[in-house]
Amino acid sequence: MALQSLDIRRRSATTTPAPMVRDGATPDVAKLIDTTKCIGCKACQAACMEWNDLRDDIGKNTGVYDNPLDLSGQSWTVMRFAEYENEKGDLEWLIRKDGCMHCEDPGCLKACPAPGAIVQYANGIVDFHEENCIGCGYCIAGCPFNVPRISKKDQKAYKCTLCSDRVAVGLEPACVKTCPTGAITFGTKERMQSDAAERVEQLKTRGFANAGLYDPAGVGGTHVMYVLHHADRPGLYSGLPADPKVSPLVRVWKGATKPLALGALVLAAVFGFVNYVRTGPKEVEPEDELAAQREKEQIHG
Amino acid sequence: MVEVTRREFLKVTGMTLAGSSVAMLGFAPETAIAEVRQFKLARATETRNTCPYCSVACGILMYGLGDGAKNAKSSIFHIEGDPDHPVNRGTLCPKGASLIDFIHSEGRLLYPEYRAPRSDKWQRISWEEAYDKIARLLKKDRDANFVAKTADGLTVNRWLTTGVLAASASSNEAGYITHKVVRSLGILAFDNQARV
Repeated sequence: MALQSLDIRRRSATTTPAPMVRDGATPDVAKLIDTTKCIGCKACQAACMEWNDLRDDIGKNTGVYDNPLDLSGQSWTVMRFAEYENEKGDLEWLIRKDGCMHCEDPGCLKACPAPGAIVQYANGIVDFHEENCIGCGYCIAGCPFNVPRISKKDQKAYKCTLCSDRVAVGLEPACVKTCPTGAITFGTKERMQSDAAERVEQLKTRGFANAGLYDPAGVGGTHVMYVLHHADRPGLYSGLPADPKVSPLVRVWKGATKPLALGALVLAAVFGFVNYVRTGPKEVEPEDELAAQREKEQIHG
Repeated sequence: MVEVTRREFLKVTGMTLAGSSVAMLGFAPETAIAEVRQFKLARATETRNTCPYCSVACGILMYGLGDGAKNAKSSIFHIEGDPDHPVNRGTLCPKGASLIDFIHSEGRLLYPEYRAPRSDKWQRISWEEAYDKIARLLKKDRDANFVAKTADGLTVNRWLTTGVLAASASSNEAGYITHKVVRSLGILAFDNQARV
């Protein structure tokens, strides 16, 4: 599972193929967030800030438990608290740890125009490399979960790294380690899927008939997955999208259009260069100069 | 087919060669290697301790700068849960998870301080002075307010005007001794926070 610098599956705005020899030997990793075990204590938020050396500005109390209110360049994960009244009229407090989902098919990476600013490692983690980031914000437009944020400090995009620095040396992410209720777990994607299946069965026997795993196929599956009590309505969990997809605009502009436009650009440049060298700059013929002179006299009398 | 003269052919090929040579000489942007952030604990000194907050007493690992060499002056820069501790097995609550800012807090008390009556200033005193002061005040208050017997002659031996707060992270032995001392003085208002 070691993450050396060449264990890269994908790299933004890069056409050279990724190194492939180790493909298949590195297992996919995943983080499983069991919303049914979460008590909203925010230990994950604190551990995330501590490990990643981030300190967000002190915010304002707006009367809700969400604190900070939204993700930012310095808050890579936030708890979102939703109050839902079920069919029986009982209140259900649906708490979801929001942050990067580490899509198998990452919209941010596809939309990114800066070479190497976004990479996907062989184990599935999608990581931002801010030294290459140009701060354009295309990753935000490309993300189906609305996760990346441009920092107000340096105008670069930031998000959860799934603690790629910890995973690289064989450790679990900081949020996973700290979680007091065991709502967040980490392991190979396969193991997380089987653990989730077991938990879903358990929840079904406890009256949550629609319990299920959130691992949306529209983005090729994710490396951060949720166990939900109401998997049929993910929207209840502070607007978790039911069927997230990479925007077709991103697919067309960064997919088919890009090589075509590049080809046209190169053709125009080559034609201009050859033409200039062969025939030199455009020169005005004496007849044209004379005609222009006559026209000028006509106008000015 | 367009006709290209010998001179034109040399011009085009020569300029193309010159352009690509300039690019190769380092004028083209360099490809950055994608690498994860350096693991910040690699050779830091790891020290086990107990979280100071509540009486759950979770095990923590404190990571200090330097490998313990004589000239490396240590400073704690990271704390996480101790996976080998039977109480928390690596987990920490939001308070424990942010202990690092508690350690380096500007408001952290590092030595005994004394504020004289009617003063608005704290002054640093030695531990000896602090113990003397505490002992003197305890004695004075106990002499004045200790109740040996109630009005109807019942022996109670109680001292109700002073209370004691003890540490949450004390070991069983330290807790036992603290309890003995406090109760033998007759104090009833006693909390060692072992009740979360």
